[in-house]
Amino acid sequence: MSAPAILTTPPQERRRPALAPVLVLVVLAGAVAWLWSSGMAEEILTYSDDISYLAVQHLELVAWAGGLAILTAVPVGIVLSRPAFRAISEAAMQVFNIGSTVPTLAILALSMTLLGIGTVPAVFGLWAATLLPIVRNTYAGLRAVPPHLVEAATGMGMTPRQVLWRVELPNALFVIFGGIRTALAICVGSAPLVFLIGAGGLGELIFTGIALDELPMMMAGAIPTALIAVLVDFVFGQIQYHLVPRGINPLR
Amino acid sequence: MIRLENLTKHFGPAHNPFVAVDNVNLDLPTGEICVLLGPSGCGKTTTMKMINRLIQPTSGKVFIDGKDTGTVDAIELRRSIGYVIQQIGLFPNKTIEENICVVPDLLGWDRRKSRMRAKELLELVGLQPDLFLKRYPKELSGGQQQRVGVLRALAADPPVMLMDEPFGAIDPINREVIQEEFLKMQKTIRKTIIFVSHDLDEAVKMADRIAIFRGGKLEQYATPDDLLARPANSFIEDFLGSDRALKRLRLIPVRNAMQTDFITVQNSDSVESALERMRSSGSAAAFVLDAEGVPQSLLSAQVAGARSGAVADHAEPVKGAVPVSGDLRHAVSLMFAHDMPLLPCVDEGGRLAGVMSYRSIVHNLGHGETA
Repeated sequence: MSAPAILTTPPQERRRPALAPVLVLVVLAGAVAWLWSSGMAEEILTYSDDISYLAVQHLELVAWAGGLAILTAVPVGIVLSRPAFRAISEAAMQVFNIGSTVPTLAILALSMTLLGIGTVPAVFGLWAATLLPIVRNTYAGLRAVPPHLVEAATGMGMTPRQVLWRVELPNALFVIFGGIRTALAICVGSAPLVFLIGAGGLGELIFTGIALDELPMMMAGAIPTALIAVLVDFVFGQIQYHLVPRGINPLR
Repeated sequence: MIRLENLTKHFGPAHNPFVAVDNVNLDLPTGEICVLLGPSGCGKTTTMKMINRLIQPTSGKVFIDGKDTGTVDAIELRRSIGYVIQQIGLFPNKTIEENICVVPDLLGWDRRKSRMRAKELLELVGLQPDLFLKRYPKELSGGQQQRVGVLRALAADPPVMLMDEPFGAIDPINREVIQEEFLKMQKTIRKTIIFVSHDLDEAVKMADRIAIFRGGKLEQYATPDDLLARPANSFIEDFLGSDRALKRLRLIPVRNAMQTDFITVQNSDSVESALERMRSSGSAAAFVLDAEGVPQSLLSAQVAGARSGAVADHAEPVKGAVPVSGDLRHAVSLMFAHDMPLLPCVDEGGRLAGVMSYRSIVHNLGHGETA
């Protein structure tokens, strides 16, 4: 181990030539050009009032479901990772894993039988579908914190709570954010389904478009849904990039 | 001062416990380093962790400066004891500055004071504060991280430090350097230190006292020189190895072992007169010095006995000299390297202060061994 070699700054991984975004842009440009030239864009834009109203509704549903999921799933993940719960945590994670295989549509149907129709059962269903990746990543992230860090922290006189907040959570933050991003992608993608239990959202355009065999109407719902998914992931990617300390952030 | 009194730790069921530490008694005066030494599983780490109560003793007491630590809150106790572990355990999410300030922050120090302290400490080990304070651990080499690990333990200036194989994860070359650095620092900070190691050479180098453990029992507690000269039983003898006499070389300063009754001659003197003076004074060699007193060449009695003429014709040039502040290991090494059965010992100015011979080394090692 030669000391001077490490004195240089770490490799700047983000400077890699970004091929993927370029490809995405090319494909997008192609799609837009086709939409425009075929006159489809004009037809889609006739729904612009519906789009803006329903997109806001869609975002509200995602915000409620996603926000509540983060607020509940992170604490659950933390609790399961505590030594006192070690005995049951693996079993609980298995139950959660099985739970995550239940289709969102089935969850919404169950939610409707319990809570009726409208926004509340929709948010509940989306919340349930969003929960699992966050719990799993919070738990896995905390368990992956090297034991010697916890030992050092305890040996220096941190209380268990201080160890959690100052050492364990910051070091698990990157993985926890990974779970949140996965969960929100699922949430945004599943949100159109809540139209089926009467909660509105961009699903209204998609499903009605399918039922009427009206392609522009369906696109008017599908394209904004996709854009919202990309946007939400981008926003949380930025938060992750800036919130996770440089010392443990593989992105910077 | 640290005192362990009948310290015992059992693991497992009460009716059939595994005895990890068995009734250990030990006294360590303030400002000294005690190395707990032994093969793995001998109870040394468990003993150390009972001092800051990372492991709760089954029975027995630990006193620090006369105070029973069992009566102190464990969290408070740990904040008052420096702690260094083998894996270093710097928090990767914190900068070097934040890492060093962990304990001062826990103690609620003024922020400016603790940040000032971090700066001072980095300077102490030759890491430039401007360069390192805002870095993250992953941007440091292993040796630098280890230094910061030690600084972090020192940050709140605790009187007592626990070090669990702190230099174990570093390559041998850097380890030597960091050990030296730490010993130099210890000369000024005078902490009372419990140091766990499984490396005998490290123990001999670092320790004021060595405690050898086997199967949870304290087998012998003695100064390194005492231990190497008089191992208490055959286990310790085996543990120390067949070359334990050689290990003692490091512990004996040149100053204590050299003979000071050397004689000096001029280049123009005759060999016969030089021999005559050597015989009458009983010394084995005569040195030719320059105007400053730096040895230039030497004439051994053996050579002088077989030759005649001027000293200048027969004296051998001095190819190496050991400083009086060095140890016998250094002296022997120079003797072997330069094929010099007689080695001049010099002071800081390079002036002749004494002479070292094989005989004087053997005499010094044999001393004490017979007891």
